[in-house]
Amino acid sequence: MLRHITKPALSVGRAAVSTAAAPRTKYGGKTTVTLIPGDGVGPELAESVTTIFKEMAVPVEFEMIDLNREQLKDEGAFDYAIKSLKRNGVGLKGVINRSADFRHHNVEFRGNLDVYANVVRCMSFEGIKTHHTGIDLIAIRENTEGEYSCLEHESVPGVVESLKIITREKSMRIAKFAFDYAREHNRKKVTCIHKANIMKQSDGLFKACCKEVSEDYPMIKYEEQIVDNTCQQLVINPQQFDVMVMPNLYGNLVSNLAAGLVGGAGVVPSKSYGENIAVFEPGARHTWMEMKGMYVANPSAMVLSGAFMLKHLQLHEAGDVLIKAVKRVINRGEVRSRDLGGSCTTREMTRAFLAELDAIHSE
Amino acid sequence: MFLGRAALRSSTRALHTVTLFPGDGIGPQISESVKNIFAAAEVPIQWEERQVYPILEPNGKTRIPEDAVESIFKNKIGLKGPMRTAIGKGHVSLNLTIRRTFGLYANVRPAKSVPGVITPYSAEGVDCVIMRENTEGEYSGIEHTVVPGVVQSVKLITREASRNVAEYAFQYAKDHGRKNIVALHKANIMKMSDGMFLEQCREVAAKYPEISYKEMYLDSACLKIVSDPSKFDVMVMPNLYGDIFSDLTAGLIGGLGLAPSGNMGKDGIAIYEAVHGTADDLVEQNKGNPTALLMSALMMLRHMGLKTHADKIEGAVLETLKERKFVTGDIGGTATNPEYAAEICRKIKG
Repeated sequence: MLRHITKPALSVGRAAVSTAAAPRTKYGGKTTVTLIPGDGVGPELAESVTTIFKEMAVPVEFEMIDLNREQLKDEGAFDYAIKSLKRNGVGLKGVINRSADFRHHNVEFRGNLDVYANVVRCMSFEGIKTHHTGIDLIAIRENTEGEYSCLEHESVPGVVESLKIITREKSMRIAKFAFDYAREHNRKKVTCIHKANIMKQSDGLFKACCKEVSEDYPMIKYEEQIVDNTCQQLVINPQQFDVMVMPNLYGNLVSNLAAGLVGGAGVVPSKSYGENIAVFEPGARHTWMEMKGMYVANPSAMVLSGAFMLKHLQLHEAGDVLIKAVKRVINRGEVRSRDLGGSCTTREMTRAFLAELDAIHSE
Repeated sequence: MFLGRAALRSSTRALHTVTLFPGDGIGPQISESVKNIFAAAEVPIQWEERQVYPILEPNGKTRIPEDAVESIFKNKIGLKGPMRTAIGKGHVSLNLTIRRTFGLYANVRPAKSVPGVITPYSAEGVDCVIMRENTEGEYSGIEHTVVPGVVQSVKLITREASRNVAEYAFQYAKDHGRKNIVALHKANIMKMSDGMFLEQCREVAAKYPEISYKEMYLDSACLKIVSDPSKFDVMVMPNLYGDIFSDLTAGLIGGLGLAPSGNMGKDGIAIYEAVHGTADDLVEQNKGNPTALLMSALMMLRHMGLKTHADKIEGAVLETLKERKFVTGDIGGTATNPEYAAEICRKIKG
């Protein structure tokens, strides 16, 4: 737990992290990125991305690392994945299912690499029938501490204590990230989501840090909202939200809720940033184990994550055209996977994206 | 362990005495409406009004006034309006103090679509019940600053409290003809604490084979319920998740102004409450919405075995809401609190 405070504190005034990529070593003109398909439907979604990238001939080489339950029995496999990401600095991943022992691989992943800021943008799609329209919110979640510290013990039989850790350093860091992100993307308002009326010290600290940082960004409106009210507001009037910044657990709930509002786990991508690393993955992290191998999952979220990764690598043209293709297919509504009310397979969706890419090139 | 079955009253007693805490802000005004409506429906209840406000003792503990405590221990049943938490050092939330005083271990929050209040979810209809563990979890209030800039907050899960709420949830489902219970958790992350909660749910589930039991990650539940709330029936979960999720479900039906809530305690104690705020800005013009308090009062009547009266009042309320001629501002009307209540009374008297 104390390992976190040995890092130097960030100085105010310097951007917390630049979401623009640091120049990557290229070999033969190609950038190497780590690809971790993960469990469940992950490998099928990863296949979608690799197929599309190959067809588009983007200068990206994948270092594929399998990390399913079997692989994880070997301690070295996970460590190798971490090394690969540190080396490449950029990764695309699915969700790793938890192994039978007490290691939390997804959580360790983020902690080890210090991928501290998870950004999920939830935007309504015209072609998806949902209960609300006109949503465009960005949920920014602190991804390395809070309720996910994984520090639990049974102090006496029948009584378990679970620790939630909030530090000033990480709260300041995520707050700064959120405001910088808002400024970079011309967003008008940042709302801090908390439960400081009950968790006065921990969420109180988080809230105080957000307020402190907000004072350096007078152009951006700052608000605070209690998380239960936020969940209520999200289902009544989600259009009121712009950028939201919150600790780990609330971030998990809010980003899933918001993803559900715009069409579900199949269509929402996410980006996660650390000091020198960026990881792209679907926004609502679910393995969907029951459907493994059946090719019914919607690859849109994974493909959009891949597209954002291309943009991060400064391959903007490729990234933008891929985003355009995916959105057009979804909005046209002709080729739809199960989650969108249709019956198309993962591969049929992929083919539709490729066809759309061709169409765009001929325009 | 007390299971929260309807507290049956002796049939020789004509009147049931119920404790009423009007509360703050619009509290006294909406309580007045509830009293008037109950009188119109000739509900055999007499109200014993008490004030509840926190008394900060020198040892740092908060307690509520003795006469309020005595009244509840005597009557067993109470109805509570919205309350302000005193701001200031050392004040624990008043709601928390009440929960601890009466051992209110299970919070029941039904969310049912209301005809006349159209939300994006009215078409498929919402009809679910949240059972929230009400005494521990993240609300233990145990926090420390380990070193400056590092705060540790303790979430406590005990076998006993988890068992109590699980038992109540399954018994409630059985009594009310509900078929499915889903336990919401984050045991993938909080393996021991939420794991223990789930273990208790599973043990109780084994005793009710007629009720289908499943488990779902809380984040998956958030994702799924906003896509299709009709698939959700009874849900049981620890404290924090229950707090967040029940506000979410209240939002699906139109907001906290319409959502009832009941709290089950030891020894047959049951306190029903409005969970919205005190809405101080509406006090001057008496424009608060008494529906949440009224719906909670109806839950209370059903718990007491006074179903006929509850149904009669509910019918009048739903019709008034459907007609939308005399409804309050929060749901798009222009009526004041007494005007809305008067319309309901008119419908009851026929």
